[in-house]
Amino acid sequence: MSDTLLDIRDLRIEATVYPPGAAPFDTTIVDDVSLSLEKGRVMGLIGESGAGKSTIGLAAMAYGRGGIRITGGEIWLGGRDLRKLGPRRLRGVRGREVTYVAQSAAAAFNPARRIMDQVIEATLHHGLASRREAEARAVDLFAKLDLPEPETFGRRYPHQVSGGQLQRAMTALALCPRPELVVFDEPTTALDVTTQIDVLAAIKDAIRDTGVAALYITHDLAVIAQVSDEIVVLKDGRVVERGETHQIIEAPREDYTRALVSVRSIEHKEKPPAGEPVLRVDDITARYPGTRFDVLKGIDVELHAGQTLAVVGESGSGKSTLARVITGLLPPRAGGIDFAGRTLAPALRGRDKQDLRELQMIYQMADVAMNPRHTVGTIIGRPLQFYFGLRGRRKAERVQELLDAIELGEGFVDRYPAELSGGQKQRVCIARALAAEPRLIICDEVTSALDPLVADGILRLLLNLQKRENVAYLFITHDIATVRAIADSIAVMYQGEVVRYGPKSEVLSPPFDAYTDLLLASVPEMKLGWLEDVLARRRMESAGH
Amino acid sequence: MIRIPPGAAIGLIVTGAFFLAALLAPWIAPYSMTEIVGDVWEPRSAEHLLGTDNLGRDLLSRMIYGARTTIFVAGMATALAFTLGTVLGFTAAVIGGWVDQLMSRGVDLLMSIPTLIFALVVLSVMPVTLPILIVVMGVLDSTRVYRLGRAVAVDINVQDFVEAARLRGEGRIWVIFREILPNALSPLVAELGLRFIFAILFISTLSFLGLGVQPPLADWGGIVRENREGIVYGIPAALVPAISIAALAISVNLVADWVLGRTTSLKGGRGV
Repeated sequence: MSDTLLDIRDLRIEATVYPPGAAPFDTTIVDDVSLSLEKGRVMGLIGESGAGKSTIGLAAMAYGRGGIRITGGEIWLGGRDLRKLGPRRLRGVRGREVTYVAQSAAAAFNPARRIMDQVIEATLHHGLASRREAEARAVDLFAKLDLPEPETFGRRYPHQVSGGQLQRAMTALALCPRPELVVFDEPTTALDVTTQIDVLAAIKDAIRDTGVAALYITHDLAVIAQVSDEIVVLKDGRVVERGETHQIIEAPREDYTRALVSVRSIEHKEKPPAGEPVLRVDDITARYPGTRFDVLKGIDVELHAGQTLAVVGESGSGKSTLARVITGLLPPRAGGIDFAGRTLAPALRGRDKQDLRELQMIYQMADVAMNPRHTVGTIIGRPLQFYFGLRGRRKAERVQELLDAIELGEGFVDRYPAELSGGQKQRVCIARALAAEPRLIICDEVTSALDPLVADGILRLLLNLQKRENVAYLFITHDIATVRAIADSIAVMYQGEVVRYGPKSEVLSPPFDAYTDLLLASVPEMKLGWLEDVLARRRMESAGH
Repeated sequence: MIRIPPGAAIGLIVTGAFFLAALLAPWIAPYSMTEIVGDVWEPRSAEHLLGTDNLGRDLLSRMIYGARTTIFVAGMATALAFTLGTVLGFTAAVIGGWVDQLMSRGVDLLMSIPTLIFALVVLSVMPVTLPILIVVMGVLDSTRVYRLGRAVAVDINVQDFVEAARLRGEGRIWVIFREILPNALSPLVAELGLRFIFAILFISTLSFLGLGVQPPLADWGGIVRENREGIVYGIPAALVPAISIAALAISVNLVADWVLGRTTSLKGGRGV
């Protein structure tokens, strides 16, 4: 056991909850978690939101965020129990022996200071090196992490570099004091897939080159499979399963792990387009008022009744703007939209009640898409009253029907959104859209804020509802796995243009254009060695050209 | 079960006592407010718990009736200020564009003139009656509420659930009263307490300057004015209303603070 760097035994973490209007009570966030990590190894912590991954990650530094208390267990790091150290000694450990990479580098960097000053701050603070030495090490790390112009990179301010670069700079920050252990807290979750792969590769190389041990926290099993040596699966603050990475991926023992591994296995056979299209977007060009830049350029797509058109692209590609144009929130500069055989007025104001009713929308953040002061009954009941004039008992019956349709059942009518889980909230939003009996629902990233298993449930529900109600979906997403699961046809968007469009089978089979190829290749697959394969292929291609 | 912290409990009790006294004035006041019952500035005694005023009227009775006028005028003015301010503020936020510009600049214009001077000018050319007082105070105070209401509503107005309501085809009335108002309520309730106190101070100031509630009607500012000369002779009659104003101000703010603390949860749901 001489190689053991971090040894957490029977960790127990509690927090006090202050619900509005009720007495505060204590709740256990993490219970009976033990794990040990040897020098130079990478351990992946995986679980859904609320599983306690980040809390355990921070506990490795004996730190509890915002009122969280470590109430039991031992945290041994380098032969000392961190829980027995006083605040001063702990400060000596943090930032020197253990460092932390946060999920949002944009929020973690001080926008008013240059990157270099922040990267070497901890090193200087602990007196580990002179300023010159620290800067030399930082430049070295910048080069190792594949940052552009490593010599001068540190002179820039955080807003002058891209999100992916900033995340790598944060990794440099964590590695600069030559720590023994780095805690990576979802470092690539906020990035686009095409950026994620570069950051992932850089982090992996840096870990290998510096020989540091790492705790890598994420909710994406496919990502963790690429970087970690062993994996701990967490659920509700407890360890479900732990093992070597290949064992977890290839032969999971627990049901929960099996569900995580096999997530996104929905099979959906594409339907051939039939009859008149329900939506025809005809050569749409749009820009936001007050700008001189076209966000959408000549978009041309069609969608048939009862089918799903997936619009794919990374952030900034114009997907959501397309939704705003179709809903009439942003009138286009040129082009027109035909909907259900009639031409839609460009602006919301010019559309009649039937247009509005038949074209519904579901949002990414169900949290803010529902009025927090309305009950579920009001939220779903309002479209019924507004469009169909239903009142009283007939409205209540229909609301219950809709709740049954979204698999929620009794007892939800009087709840407020704050009293629902993330998946339940999104289901209520679906019911609200369904209440209008629409012909087309625009789904804007409806699953990207949800945990994989919950997202799976939502996708299945949407597919079932499509079969039953023959409603068409315009499905906006950046996630190729989701597209595979539900689309009949696909439009790939890049910088405001549709670069590839057609039936699913055609779009997802070669020959690819350059961007689609990059996009498809960047989606992490749940397979060991995937990252190396992709990088090797890229190197070969660039050597071949 | 709602647990009330001690500060808020004191606030609730004191505020409640003042409001009860105001409501039940004719039944609990020992004498009529206009009747001369004794000598000028009699000291405290068993018959006159707070002594008598500059004309020999019972000070306690005057104080109780005064609470009635003061709280009534301040309450009505605050209610008017809130109705006007929030409706206009929300409308400006929801419509936006030049309507918002026009209304906001108009409010800026009103606010650029010191309220007291503005009120004095208006009241010196108009007959000073209770309705006029209430309207003048309400309109002047509504500018503050307008600013708050607009600022809160602008934030709520860009939320997805408001957009969802718009896409559904809802009119402005629904958006303002059903989508925005319930979510803007907590800052407005907190502001309500503060505004009410400012209104009490305002009406008292006006009465003290002789442009507020007119005699023989009693009100706290007026009582201070009537008895101010007594202070020279060491007679504390003028201090009684001053202490009452301070006590009411503090207790209402204790309650407002508590309400603010309880309702600021942005998650919404069941709060107050």
